[in-house]
Amino acid sequence: MKTRPNYLAGVGSFLWLLVVAIPLYVMISGTFQTRAEFGDNGPLAFPTSFTLQNYVDAIASGFGRYFLNTVVVTVGVVAIVLLLVPPLSYAIVRSQSRAASFVFRFFLLGLAIPAQAVIVPVFYLINAVGLYDNLIGVILPTAAFALPICTLILSGTMRDITGELYEAMAMDGASPARAFFRLVLPLSKGGLSTIAVFSALQAWNGFLFPLILTQSENTRVVTLGLFNFQTQYGINIPGLLAAVTLSMVPVLLVYLFARRALVQGLMGAGGK
Amino acid sequence: MTMLATGKRPAPGGSTVSRPARSGASSVGRPGFAWALPATIFFALFALVPLAAVAVLSFTSWSGLGDPRFVGLENWETLIADPVMLKSLWLSLLFIVLGVVTQTPLSILLGVWAAGNQRNRAVLSAIYFVPLLLSSAAISVLWRALLDPNFGIPGQLSWLFGDGNLLGTQSGAIGVLIFVGMWQFTPFHTLIYQGAARGIPHVLYQAAEIDGAGRVRQFFSITLPQLRNTAITSIILMVVGGLTTFETVLILTNGGPGTDTTITAFYMYQEAFQSFDFGVGSAIALVLVVVATAISLVVVKVSGYDKMNSSLEGL
Repeated sequence: MKTRPNYLAGVGSFLWLLVVAIPLYVMISGTFQTRAEFGDNGPLAFPTSFTLQNYVDAIASGFGRYFLNTVVVTVGVVAIVLLLVPPLSYAIVRSQSRAASFVFRFFLLGLAIPAQAVIVPVFYLINAVGLYDNLIGVILPTAAFALPICTLILSGTMRDITGELYEAMAMDGASPARAFFRLVLPLSKGGLSTIAVFSALQAWNGFLFPLILTQSENTRVVTLGLFNFQTQYGINIPGLLAAVTLSMVPVLLVYLFARRALVQGLMGAGGK
Repeated sequence: MTMLATGKRPAPGGSTVSRPARSGASSVGRPGFAWALPATIFFALFALVPLAAVAVLSFTSWSGLGDPRFVGLENWETLIADPVMLKSLWLSLLFIVLGVVTQTPLSILLGVWAAGNQRNRAVLSAIYFVPLLLSSAAISVLWRALLDPNFGIPGQLSWLFGDGNLLGTQSGAIGVLIFVGMWQFTPFHTLIYQGAARGIPHVLYQAAEIDGAGRVRQFFSITLPQLRNTAITSIILMVVGGLTTFETVLILTNGGPGTDTTITAFYMYQEAFQSFDFGVGSAIALVLVVVATAISLVVVKVSGYDKMNSSLEGL
């Protein structure tokens, strides 16, 4: 069916595009201006000079360290998610035990638990096991809160594997473990990359758990670094914008190269 | 919520009386419950056990040092008598309502538009989704810089923003938080509506066209009713999201001016981690969980979502 272009929606979309794009433009153009120029000409003006000093300042203020910490947290979270979610989803989709379907409902319930609701007990727990101000203490709860959505996404993918394929494996007398490694995992590559990208995004952007579970500069992650930078040098707008831009670069790179996995994960997050 | 509907398993569980682990063909690809155990235990430890613990801690006094001490209903009495707590609940409600009424129409329009087949759509929607990728912290710091009274956009456009100190008044601060919430979350809800709009069967529109229904009529008679389930999912996510808004409040307004944007989630953080009154903080956390669950249940009930079998009814 051929549809006419919808002009009204087109104009509305264009307006919202401006609302989204102008702040991003100001952010990037501001980072290349000196403080004096930015202050004189205002944020919306075209830059007349070019400097990288703001990025140098941002990195000099400790962002290199914060990046490293965030990378450690992200890698840890993704590793836990990739270790725990595939066997869980396999059991949810293929197990015939009642317990497995109960577990699925348990994780659906978990989707509705906001992290704020549990930060006090998590703080208590992490303190009690001596992981306060330790990146492992940030990784564990962050990974736990990524599990429900990743389970939902991956079990959706695994449901698409047809029964005939399992029967074909049955001919060879394969065990559940063999079916998992030879059949289920290879056929779930799309879902696996989606949950990897999705949990990485959550870990990278995480703020609340690092805020309450870390303290020292050695364990500071990028999001906390931004907050800290803002309270300390709030008046240095171009420097602040450079720090914000730096924090976004890895995510935007992932978006460029793994857009499909990311968008599918987000769509799965909202249900279909 | 739609997730519950997709929760049907291809092989209905049930009569698995005494199934040996490896009884030949029938057990292939039928993993035991043990496969689910590690993730379940891990999740229970950091989400479910703490949820129960928060209820217990709400009856204790704990300053972060030593052990929590049982104090009965003391925290709850404090909270009920606390004007800031009551105010924070009203503010949270206001945030939720304003968030839903600003984000829902916009994301439905953008989502339906993005589901179409315009030529430049792909490029544009790539830009739309950028805010979705950024951390709340980065977004808040960015907007705080953009709205700086001296060096930001309001200073440059003083004919539009007056003295430019948007965060200095209650209505200004709430307006900024709602707007930044829109900027941040509209892409996500747009994406949900886009997926749902793509799933609407084409025959419905063809039938409407034969009946002579115009584009606007089609939108209101077909598209909107078909997006009903999606709208409920999206609104519930907005409610829970609005109720737990935290980073934007902390970084943009710090609850101020005064306590004028101290919503409940932020107040909980202040009581627990700034006043070191973890008992009261736990009580507020419990209120948050109960309110979030209650509002979600009301939305489900009022909309009749629980009685609906399929969005394709009548086809």
